[in-house]
Amino acid sequence: MSLLKIDSISVRYGAIEALHEVSMTVDEGEIVALIGANGAGKSTLLKAIVNQVPLTTGSISFRDEVITTSARHKKSVPTHLLAKRGIALVPEGRHVFADMTVEENLDMGAFFIKDQDLIARKKEEMYDFFPILGARRKQKTRSLSGGEQQMMAIARALMSSPKLILLDEPGLGLAPLVVQDIFHKIRIINEQDKVTVFLVEQNARMALKNSSKGYCLENGRIVLSDTSSALLENDKVRQAYLGE
Amino acid sequence: MDTLIQYLQYFVNGITLGSIYALIALGYTMVYGILKFINFAHGDILMVGAYIGLLTYTALLGSSTSAVWMLAAFFIAMIISMAFCALLGMFIERVAYKPLRNANRLAPLLSAIGVSFILSNGAAWIFGAQSRRFPYPFDDTPIVIAGLSITPHQILTMAVSVIMMIVLTLFVNKTKMGKAMRATSLDQSTSELMGIDANKIISMTFAIGSALAAVGGILASFDFRVYASMGTMTGLKAFVAAVIGGIGNIQGAMIGGILLGVLESIGAPLLGIPSALRDTIAFAALIIILLVRPEGILGKNEREKV
Repeated sequence: MSLLKIDSISVRYGAIEALHEVSMTVDEGEIVALIGANGAGKSTLLKAIVNQVPLTTGSISFRDEVITTSARHKKSVPTHLLAKRGIALVPEGRHVFADMTVEENLDMGAFFIKDQDLIARKKEEMYDFFPILGARRKQKTRSLSGGEQQMMAIARALMSSPKLILLDEPGLGLAPLVVQDIFHKIRIINEQDKVTVFLVEQNARMALKNSSKGYCLENGRIVLSDTSSALLENDKVRQAYLGE
Repeated sequence: MDTLIQYLQYFVNGITLGSIYALIALGYTMVYGILKFINFAHGDILMVGAYIGLLTYTALLGSSTSAVWMLAAFFIAMIISMAFCALLGMFIERVAYKPLRNANRLAPLLSAIGVSFILSNGAAWIFGAQSRRFPYPFDDTPIVIAGLSITPHQILTMAVSVIMMIVLTLFVNKTKMGKAMRATSLDQSTSELMGIDANKIISMTFAIGSALAAVGGILASFDFRVYASMGTMTGLKAFVAAVIGGIGNIQGAMIGGILLGVLESIGAPLLGIPSALRDTIAFAALIIILLVRPEGILGKNEREKV
């Protein structure tokens, strides 16, 4: 069953068309990767899913309900109500609340949850899963390293027990070993917690190795889509994205 | 020795004045923190707060002269005025600022100046141009300790301000909505991803800021009387205090307010400035801080994200 269905969406920034009739599906339980160069429209696509940029055409459905549409936004669900529906986005550049502690950041991730015991339990789960966050729970997030901040942002997104987690360049600007660690965690989140993952990455090899299905975005258009293992073997992908 | 006591006296007076500035500065700073917008109608909210406080206080008091009821009536009047101003602040935001949120940054600023005129002229129209005295809800005979004289209304001013600031600090740091307010001010689009409704937070911010301004207005009217344009200068100085402390920063507004009050009170006699020119101190302080540390005492030099 498709969890997220993007149906021929376009996004325009003034005269520039950032996305042109993009369609894709993310099935429940999958890790789907979207690869593409800088400026291809990857972040715009994620912003469109969470209703932070308006669509000029098309619509997006989540669990068979339309959440975003171009029809003058009438049926679109406002961003702040999407978390409750089960969509969590880890934005590019992490966007942790730098002046707040690790614990307060996690509290914000559970903002709409009323059950205090559940929040406390989720926090403990996060501290177990990311021990470094447990050790730094009372520290301002500003003082964390890039990798720690990325884990913080992922943990914050997981606090709401989402059905779908959208990750925008989780490996950006991080050391290769840290990137590996983060991708390892992402797989655990997917396999053990059954969270569907939609991953946007410039690091095509890492993304394709850790996903089941992949899409390539070029100048706002989907130019290729296949299973990730097939894409890793694809000549065009090897040339354009893997530098072989 | 006498001069020392005299300066201590100025200091005490300065802290009283400063705590009023601080209460008002908080409204400027909280709104700026979230919307990056200076609410120039904020000063007039304090005037409305003073009038509502005065009217409810006199109505509640009637002809009673009971000392207990005087104080109780004062606090009830203060709470009613806070509630009224909270609603007024939310209403103004909804009507005058929200529709302009995506407009040019100058638009809401001009709208705020318009609201300011409507409020002050509306008050002059309704209440007349005569200033009114806010009666002390107790006998205001100064208490003299070692040559230092403190009036009960100064004690009331400091006590109420300190309590308000403690409550606000606890709210912002300990409660879910308070944390959500900080999160929204740090990063609005990310906070929306967490399920935080920015519109609600903005409304709440205006409500809290306006309620604090109401308290500031009532406390200020003991010293400055109540009149339609009373919010202009006091509001402007509170704004200066917010900038000195670091606009957008809550602790900064508290520190900036107290500091400005003390500077004004001590600065005039110390520098031999005639009291008629006392107001220049606040603006001189603003110019100096803008030259030396434009981000304010606790402000952060915000860099745009690349």
